[in-house]
Amino acid sequence: MIPRHLMIGVGVLLVAVLGVGIYAGRMRGRAAQVAPAAADTRPVAPPVSGPTERVTLYVAHDDSGTLRTQAASIPLPSARQQRAEEVLRALLEIYLSKNSPHPLASGADVHAVYLVTPGLAVIDLNSAFANGHRSGVLEEELTVASLIQTLAANIPDILRVKILVDGRERETLAGHAGLSGFYDVSAVGQVVGQMQ
Amino acid sequence: MVSLGLPRRSFAGSSALRYSAGLILVVFILIFATSPAGSAGEKRIAVYSGAIAYSLPVVDRDGREYVGLFEILEPLGTVTSRTDGIHWKARYNDADAEFTAGKNRAKVRGQELDLAANFLLESGRGLVPVASLSALVARILGISVTFNEPAHRLFIGNVATHFTAQLSHTTPPRLVMNFSSPVNPTISTEPGKLHMVFNREPIVAPGSPTLTFGDKTISSATYAESSGTAEIVVNGSVSLMASFSNEGRTITVAPAPQPTVAQPLPPSQPSASSAATSVSPSSAPSTVQPSAVQHFYAVVDASHGGDDRGALLSTQLAEKDVSLALARRLRQELQARGITTLVLRDPDTNLTLDQRAEVTNTVHPLIYISMHAASDGRGVRLYTALLPSSGENNGPFAAWDTAQSGFLPVSQAAAQGVASELQKKQIQVRTLAAPLRPLNNVTAAAIAVEVAPPGSDVMDLTLPIYQQNVVSAVADGIAAVRSRLGTPQ
Repeated sequence: MIPRHLMIGVGVLLVAVLGVGIYAGRMRGRAAQVAPAAADTRPVAPPVSGPTERVTLYVAHDDSGTLRTQAASIPLPSARQQRAEEVLRALLEIYLSKNSPHPLASGADVHAVYLVTPGLAVIDLNSAFANGHRSGVLEEELTVASLIQTLAANIPDILRVKILVDGRERETLAGHAGLSGFYDVSAVGQVVGQMQ
Repeated sequence: MVSLGLPRRSFAGSSALRYSAGLILVVFILIFATSPAGSAGEKRIAVYSGAIAYSLPVVDRDGREYVGLFEILEPLGTVTSRTDGIHWKARYNDADAEFTAGKNRAKVRGQELDLAANFLLESGRGLVPVASLSALVARILGISVTFNEPAHRLFIGNVATHFTAQLSHTTPPRLVMNFSSPVNPTISTEPGKLHMVFNREPIVAPGSPTLTFGDKTISSATYAESSGTAEIVVNGSVSLMASFSNEGRTITVAPAPQPTVAQPLPPSQPSASSAATSVSPSSAPSTVQPSAVQHFYAVVDASHGGDDRGALLSTQLAEKDVSLALARRLRQELQARGITTLVLRDPDTNLTLDQRAEVTNTVHPLIYISMHAASDGRGVRLYTALLPSSGENNGPFAAWDTAQSGFLPVSQAAAQGVASELQKKQIQVRTLAAPLRPLNNVTAAAIAVEVAPPGSDVMDLTLPIYQQNVVSAVADGIAAVRSRLGTPQ
């Protein structure tokens, strides 16, 4: 003979288990209905402070396959490395805008620019930049030339540029423009002359 | 790769000794991590684990082979060591090992272990006999270890890469080698042989070291291993070349493309006069012996291919397909003008950029033409190499990244010649320098041709009449400048 109080206790426990099960099932259903959040591409770095300065950007235009200069006024910090990063971010802002003349993939960004030895700059792009880049000789060359020429035009004494993706060397940007070597700024300048 | 961090030492010891040992370790790692195969003739031992593969030098002492135990263990985990007189103690994670210089008995994880020869202590560096590595490393790591002592190859855990080789009796035959893990061997060729040397991959021997295929063109393959490397040699009666696919898991060996016998140059060609005074394919006799060394005037490279689709021109149209169609048409047009032509990627196979340049430079053509296709823009864009800033030629050795430098003027002349012919056909054309590999690696005139649709519809790229119009202009342009490109070697 099972004591009455034990039967009641077991019954209460069964009801509680059932209730928790139903509650958990509902919670799971709600969670499944919530669409997965898209990759958050918002910047996490604080806004740059510094006096507003005028910079020259070399902006690629896909419709004509050319690079055109465009002046912009942006706040620039005093440190040379941060200045280089901000200049490139100003360029990317144009490429990521709604009516971009040379659209880049959403989330494309420059991790950092390193001015490592006299005359050498290393641009570290993020993977969204490279993986989402359109493939084509001219499209990729416009991007590379635009980045290098913009950097060289605004940060003095840069002679060579190396481009990395997520801190690693990559063979090409999107199947065409080589990234395994060092770009000679003067040679890129000649190409930019052809593209204007 | 090998971690460059200094080991943490938990034992007491003089700071000078620790500093020196750390310095020695860093130097060792820097030297050996950057030269996995070692110099020719140097005895090395290769170690393969799931996460890393590395090789270390083997030293001879009193007729026996020794290797540094610290260097063996350091890339695999946290290891510390301490020298106390003639005693040398090492700790790998939670395992302790104790050795005594001049003694062949060690204590590992509290249990005694007999070594094949005496333990040696040299400047704080503990050397153990190679013959005892299997038992010693297995005891320290606590996992199974396989050691191929004659070949100096140590496999930690179940890391072996197996392979199969099967001959496809097509025309020409192809040897398809499938590997259980991606591989990236160093490949070299000589007449009738193709060598694949595996420095980092834990390749293990097939059932028989010699595989015979009963085919005259590709007759056999042999497997050999020594001093920490494995080598597969494919033997045949013709020159062979290898291509990679399936993300490095498949290597296909096939006969290197053979040239089409040169046709005499039609008398109406503008370069007929120059051909009369120079030894070019166009003036070569049409009865070229198949066994004789043959040369191509032009190498046409259908860009991308295999897993690499190139640009997606539309939802159904990949760049690799258009570039191959253009390359085939260009070969026809060039050969119709008496220009012997090799198409690098005739089937839909993977070829790396380096392989494309290697094959081209081996063939010694006078011009290399890389075919591309694009959906943006109109007409044709011609590219010559934008050379990187690095690379200096050293005597007769040209830097790989700037191998094109001496040929840039003829490349630009070729591009101008082609541009001129395209303009005559009312095809919009633009000439640029571009950082487009492998143009910079080619030791011949080298241009790239990027074909965009004639109008707004990208599918017009596939129109036979448009493709034919473009490639005939390209062929005309090359024929027009052939006398400026020299003669094939």
